[in-house]
Amino acid sequence: MGDPIFFYLFATIVIGGAIGVVFLSNPLSSALSLIFSLAGLAGLFVLLQAHFLAAIQVLVYAGAVMVLFIFVIMMLNLEDCKKHLKVSFASLIGFVIALNLAIVLVMHVSAPLFDDGVSDKTFGTIEGVGQLMLTRYLIPFEIVSLLLTIAIVGAVILAKKDNPKETT
Amino acid sequence: MDILIFILKIVIPPVLVLNFIPLMIWFERKGSAYIQERRGPNRAHILGIRLGGIIHNFADVIKLITKEDIIPANVNRLYFIGAPLIAIFVGIVTIAVVPLADSVQIGEKLVHIQVADLNVGILYVFAISSLGVYSVLLAGWSSNNKYSLLGGLRAASQMVSYELALGLTVVGLFMLAESASVSEIVRHQGPHVLHWNFVQQPLAFIIFWIAVFAETNRTPFDLPEGESEIVAGYHTEYSSMKFALFFMAEYAHMVVAAALITALFFGGWQVPFLTTLDLKTQAPFYLYVTVLTVSFIALFFGLLLLSQFKKGKYRDARDYEVLVFGIPLFLLALAGGGSAIFTGPWALPEWGRVLFAALVQATSFGIKMTFFAFFFIWIRWTLPRFRYDQVMNFGWKGMLPLALLNIVVTGVVLLWKGNHHG
Repeated sequence: MGDPIFFYLFATIVIGGAIGVVFLSNPLSSALSLIFSLAGLAGLFVLLQAHFLAAIQVLVYAGAVMVLFIFVIMMLNLEDCKKHLKVSFASLIGFVIALNLAIVLVMHVSAPLFDDGVSDKTFGTIEGVGQLMLTRYLIPFEIVSLLLTIAIVGAVILAKKDNPKETT
Repeated sequence: MDILIFILKIVIPPVLVLNFIPLMIWFERKGSAYIQERRGPNRAHILGIRLGGIIHNFADVIKLITKEDIIPANVNRLYFIGAPLIAIFVGIVTIAVVPLADSVQIGEKLVHIQVADLNVGILYVFAISSLGVYSVLLAGWSSNNKYSLLGGLRAASQMVSYELALGLTVVGLFMLAESASVSEIVRHQGPHVLHWNFVQQPLAFIIFWIAVFAETNRTPFDLPEGESEIVAGYHTEYSSMKFALFFMAEYAHMVVAAALITALFFGGWQVPFLTTLDLKTQAPFYLYVTVLTVSFIALFFGLLLLSQFKKGKYRDARDYEVLVFGIPLFLLALAGGGSAIFTGPWALPEWGRVLFAALVQATSFGIKMTFFAFFFIWIRWTLPRFRYDQVMNFGWKGMLPLALLNIVVTGVVLLWKGNHHG
């Protein structure tokens, strides 16, 4: 599906955005490049026929989660942070692990990457995703919902003040 | 042929939205004036033609373009300039999935009168419009001004809160239409008014309507630019065309919101009680009726305008304005009505019937959309602004639970109906 040019275009956006997150000194610029990266990912989903996933990717990550990130950055009014490029033992270990992961990913994923892979037309539609979620992956889906509910309740309890009289 | 359709699909929607903006501004000016018992704009004129104040928009445009474009010293230039561009972009592209008429069969091809009939449909609109909040956020942050920042923060929290309710209300519509595509939802509603979604899903309609007001930052939810508290909110530092882009984006958002309300809850292009097939087969008769009605209305307004003529009222070219519009209207009414009466219902070729049906449907859509666009203005000049904590409480404790309740009730009713009929 589609021209490989689009794949390379979106892949460049994804990787460029990800690099920007790490290397830009302004926290707001970092957050914005993360949005670019996520939007590029949505483009990749569209190329894979997963339109629903692409729309949800933009709606949830770019449209809601990142808004809250930026909200916090603006609220705290963070200063530019100076990046110090000094090699420490921890960063060296991190680099080795990341390299290892990259090698594994390239070796195992690159083969089917340029394969079309998707033959079923209903694969990425709302119907297709809904069918899978409520039949084959019902239990994982419910467990994740439960986990999210627990997280929300936990966040509310943590954010609540200690004195219950003040909160009302 | 394909290329022509392609170009039309690219050109028409943005032109439609952009041309609605001056009309909306005129509605706003005149509407607010009459609500407050004033006359509204009635001075700007070209050779005496004022068009009831529409010409005032040209004066506005000239003012905004020629005004000095100030970029304050301590702003982040990239984000400062980018923010208004995002605003207008988001405002215009969301119209892409809204169908303006039923699909038309041209030869072998079925042509959809909309830019893209996406499977995810309305989710596309939400995804794109959720990006609109960045324009407000970036404008507020990059201006380096505490009022702008406060406006940006208010906008962000408000739009994220109401987006949830907005997204949940349409789930009920998906369940009814068994699809998320806007054209499918419109088609499912059918021509019968009682089957339209504002009757089938009244709670969803009200929540959607309120949430849309919050999403477009209109009164009573215009806290991001609450002028009595934070100067002008996120666009305090903007001037000239950059301000104009924010201004235009606000109206573009309203136009798109009105189009969405029409499509989702008021049957979109559906003409009350007439299916596409009816319109096509009975086209000569309906055309006859339409021409007669339009001629009659034109005759009425033409005569009304002509009766307003009084020499020496203003003692300049404005005296003749009523004639410039009155005489053509009068002649048009005579020509149209006369030819309709004497040459009678005309036989129409096949393409003529198809074209007529599409035009009537587009007109039906346009009338409904204009009404809802006007409603935004009506509300703005009627209701006061909410307080910030009221907005948050209302969104999270009122709208969100009600939207969830709507989904549950819709599901139960559908299940019950399915058990009894299927």
